[in-house]
Amino acid sequence: MNTLPTVAFMRRLLRRQLLLALRSPVDVANPLIFFGMVIVLFPIGLGPDPVILARFAPGILWIVALLSSLLTSDALFRSDFDDGSLEQLLLSPQPLYLSVLSYVLAHWLITGLLLALMAPLFAIMLGLAVQAIAPLVASLALGTAVLSLVGCIGASLTVSLRRGGMLIALLVLPLYVPVLIFGSAAVQAAVDGFSVLPYLAILAAMLSLGIALAPFAIAAGLRIGIDA
Amino acid sequence: MTATPVATPLLTATDVTIERGGRGLVSGLSLQVMPGEIWQVEGVNGSGKTSLLRVLSGLSRYGYDGQVERAVPLLYLGHRSAVKPLLSPLENLRLHPGGEGDHTDSDIERALAAVGLAGFEDNLAGTLSAGQQRRINLARLYLSPCPLWILDEPFTAIDREGVLALEQRFAQHAQAGGAIVCTSHQPLNVQASVSRLSLDRERAA
Repeated sequence: MNTLPTVAFMRRLLRRQLLLALRSPVDVANPLIFFGMVIVLFPIGLGPDPVILARFAPGILWIVALLSSLLTSDALFRSDFDDGSLEQLLLSPQPLYLSVLSYVLAHWLITGLLLALMAPLFAIMLGLAVQAIAPLVASLALGTAVLSLVGCIGASLTVSLRRGGMLIALLVLPLYVPVLIFGSAAVQAAVDGFSVLPYLAILAAMLSLGIALAPFAIAAGLRIGIDA
Repeated sequence: MTATPVATPLLTATDVTIERGGRGLVSGLSLQVMPGEIWQVEGVNGSGKTSLLRVLSGLSRYGYDGQVERAVPLLYLGHRSAVKPLLSPLENLRLHPGGEGDHTDSDIERALAAVGLAGFEDNLAGTLSAGQQRRINLARLYLSPCPLWILDEPFTAIDREGVLALEQRFAQHAQAGGAIVCTSHQPLNVQASVSRLSLDRERAA
């Protein structure tokens, strides 16, 4: 029996997810448009004073990025659950731990990384100090990966529910808080002229912990969801 | 088929009892599926055919009593066909999440031709008919190296010629030492012995 090497299978899943995203560009653009639209609302709500906007910019950018990531996590396993692909994934002889890691990686590439790359544009719009832009991109790139892992846990637990949107927010928002604290603190530190490396190190530590543990939770959630 | 003196069962179910929503569907079912056997599970709608197949395949891990042992890799085709409308038939099979085998493109094209989808390899699956989408899924019967097949209503939305071709494939698989457990409302017309398992009788007993 010619079995498929696990690494090749992970690459196959990743290609599948990215190809599906590429074929429905609207789904990829949605969180980015949401990100842009909500950020544009802040100068309207807070007033156009550049000093105030610049002061709130780290928090605004991070909170909106977090919400954009949350918005997309609900759909992560939804279509695969509906069309039966998830059953096939669970029955496959490949280790589920690594398979779900491919899903998380695809989700991060499609939402988190794109958000991080788009963020400087809106950071300049809000008047964020120039020396804080590189730390913003770095902290978002690291932090959204943790958000994807946590969001995936929520998605796996709510996959069998028709309307899991609100429940997923309740489940994962508390777990998003540490990421938000250290993510926005990294940007604030850069604005104030301090070193950002300690904050990025803590985000990286969270990411390592997430990669080690979250796939177990996601795999268990999916098994329960398929069984229900 | 050269019968080995001591054939080991591919699938063993011991004393399986399934309840759904307070109704007993299957009680104390014991089943041994040997190489070369075809089992047809029969029963009226709601008699628990799908529930039984999900327990046998390992998708339902809770909510039943008894033991199920699977000795070999299995291929499960359920009601939902795992076909992505945004991928072509070729991509659907090349990037399939089942991951049980490593197939080249020419293998996949041969399998698609066998289910009557030659010439449709590169059309998006969403543009094909319901029957053709089911056939993409059924092409896995020509690709998969798994000896044990668990098929839930494989003939749904398939035309008469398609059913004939599938029945031939079933006989071929059984002759090669594989085994099949399937549900179907039509009688199977296969050149091999078919054991029947009726869930109606099971429930009445």
